[in-house]
Amino acid sequence: MSTLVLDSASRWFGNVVAVNDVSLSIGPGVTGLLGPNGAGKTTLMAMMSGFLAPSAGHVTLDGQPVWRNTEIYRHIGLVPERELSFGYLTGRQFVRANADLHRLPDAAAATERILEVVDMVEPAGRRLDTYSKGMRQRVKIAAALVHDPSVLLLDEPFNGVDPRQRMHLMDLLRRLGDEGRTVLFSSHILEEVERLARHIEVVVSGRHAASGDFGAIRRLMTDRPVQYALQSSDNRRLAAALMAQESVRAVSLRADHLDIQVDDLGSFAVGLPGLAKEHDVTLYELSPSDESLESVFAYLVAR
Amino acid sequence: MINTTIAKLALQALLGRRRFFLLLAFPVLLVALVALVTALTDGDAAFDILPGLGYPLVLPLVAILAASSVLGPEVDDGSIVYLLSKPVSRYGVAISKWLVALGATLTAGALPILVASLIAGDSDRAVGMFVGAIVAGTTYSALFLAISAVTRHAVIASLMFVLIWESLLGNLFTGVAWLSIGQWGLRVGHEISDRLPDPANLPYAVLAALVVTLGGVWFAGDRLRSFSLRGED
Repeated sequence: MSTLVLDSASRWFGNVVAVNDVSLSIGPGVTGLLGPNGAGKTTLMAMMSGFLAPSAGHVTLDGQPVWRNTEIYRHIGLVPERELSFGYLTGRQFVRANADLHRLPDAAAATERILEVVDMVEPAGRRLDTYSKGMRQRVKIAAALVHDPSVLLLDEPFNGVDPRQRMHLMDLLRRLGDEGRTVLFSSHILEEVERLARHIEVVVSGRHAASGDFGAIRRLMTDRPVQYALQSSDNRRLAAALMAQESVRAVSLRADHLDIQVDDLGSFAVGLPGLAKEHDVTLYELSPSDESLESVFAYLVAR
Repeated sequence: MINTTIAKLALQALLGRRRFFLLLAFPVLLVALVALVTALTDGDAAFDILPGLGYPLVLPLVAILAASSVLGPEVDDGSIVYLLSKPVSRYGVAISKWLVALGATLTAGALPILVASLIAGDSDRAVGMFVGAIVAGTTYSALFLAISAVTRHAVIASLMFVLIWESLLGNLFTGVAWLSIGQWGLRVGHEISDRLPDPANLPYAVLAALVVTLGGVWFAGDRLRSFSLRGED
């Protein structure tokens, strides 16, 4: 059982602040690190795995600093996003080399055991450069797990992995979390994270935006005002009628459409057609104007 | 300190790339050229190829290729994290990789110089040349390993050192001999055959070669201790 702690950790590159004063604590179980691309997830991962010095603050594993501390890798397994460039090795040779680097007493047995865990025994005799993306990802996980670490860090492990393999990987990570390991993976896809992680940490623009179990994060993300753009035969009349509705927070009249801010998505959607008919207005188009993940994140940060 | 797994992987990286054939081409061409000139001419013409071309050019080029092959690509594409996310001494990693580069430099750089100078026929000078090449090759491989650990442009930086500093400026200003790895090697070789030139003085040459070798390998290890992954974002 291990706990990874970031204490006011920041990292900047010249004038660019990649990670800004992040404090969080990651314990046993599966934790998802969620954020849009460029939010600083990779920088955070690099700091947590000892491959980047924090510019300020501390990163520790069970009280031990992670940076320039090679002994820490007895407890950490790292699955980097980087591709394997050891294409000339077979899967088994690659995992075995990792076992040898850890100086495991019975490296051969450990290799076979972990190949079994990731279900890669059969293709392990083939060269890495013949593997599919999902297979390479599983071999990378096997290499990171071969020394039975208490912490597993995975940077964007599902990127480019086909759906069937993704299910398989998720089952594997869930199992590892249930065994009491501290499993942290990063992703920019909400659905991915909430299917797997009990606990979610959200980072946006280098800041720690939210933290909690997936239900709480999901509620934060859905119970928020939603923007719609609406076109109709008589925008002004419809705007007046809309403003009287409980679910509508704001309406603004644009040149050719209405911008509407809605609090309660359900009753707005149900009530709109009847409202239009009652005031004899024809609806032409209704479209959400900010459904992208980035705007969801922006909302979380603004709170 | 020596990590056999790292050394094995480094050897595979060295043998598994196309650069290996380049590494092989240099000594083969050198020996062939010397053999050809020996057959066609009399006197010192053939032997002169060695101090003129083999020693100052082929040897450092082989050392550059060897040192950059064992470390450069892995640092460039970041895949060295797979080796470094382990509880292994970074100095051990540097030493293991250096030994592989050294072995390649001596095999493909120093040994062909011995073979070629024996073909050119002067066993006394040949052994002196060989000893000089061992000293210089050892020092070169450590220096170029250190350069590979700091910059992505290790091959260019190392080439500039050899071509501009050692060859061009070394020929113009005799003082450069004091800071030229090739000249240190020659000075040691001079102890065996006094027909080799005698730049600098022996204790200095030996000490300088030793300092650069140990310093280079230590520095490479220290850079690996601070190896950082930069995110794409």
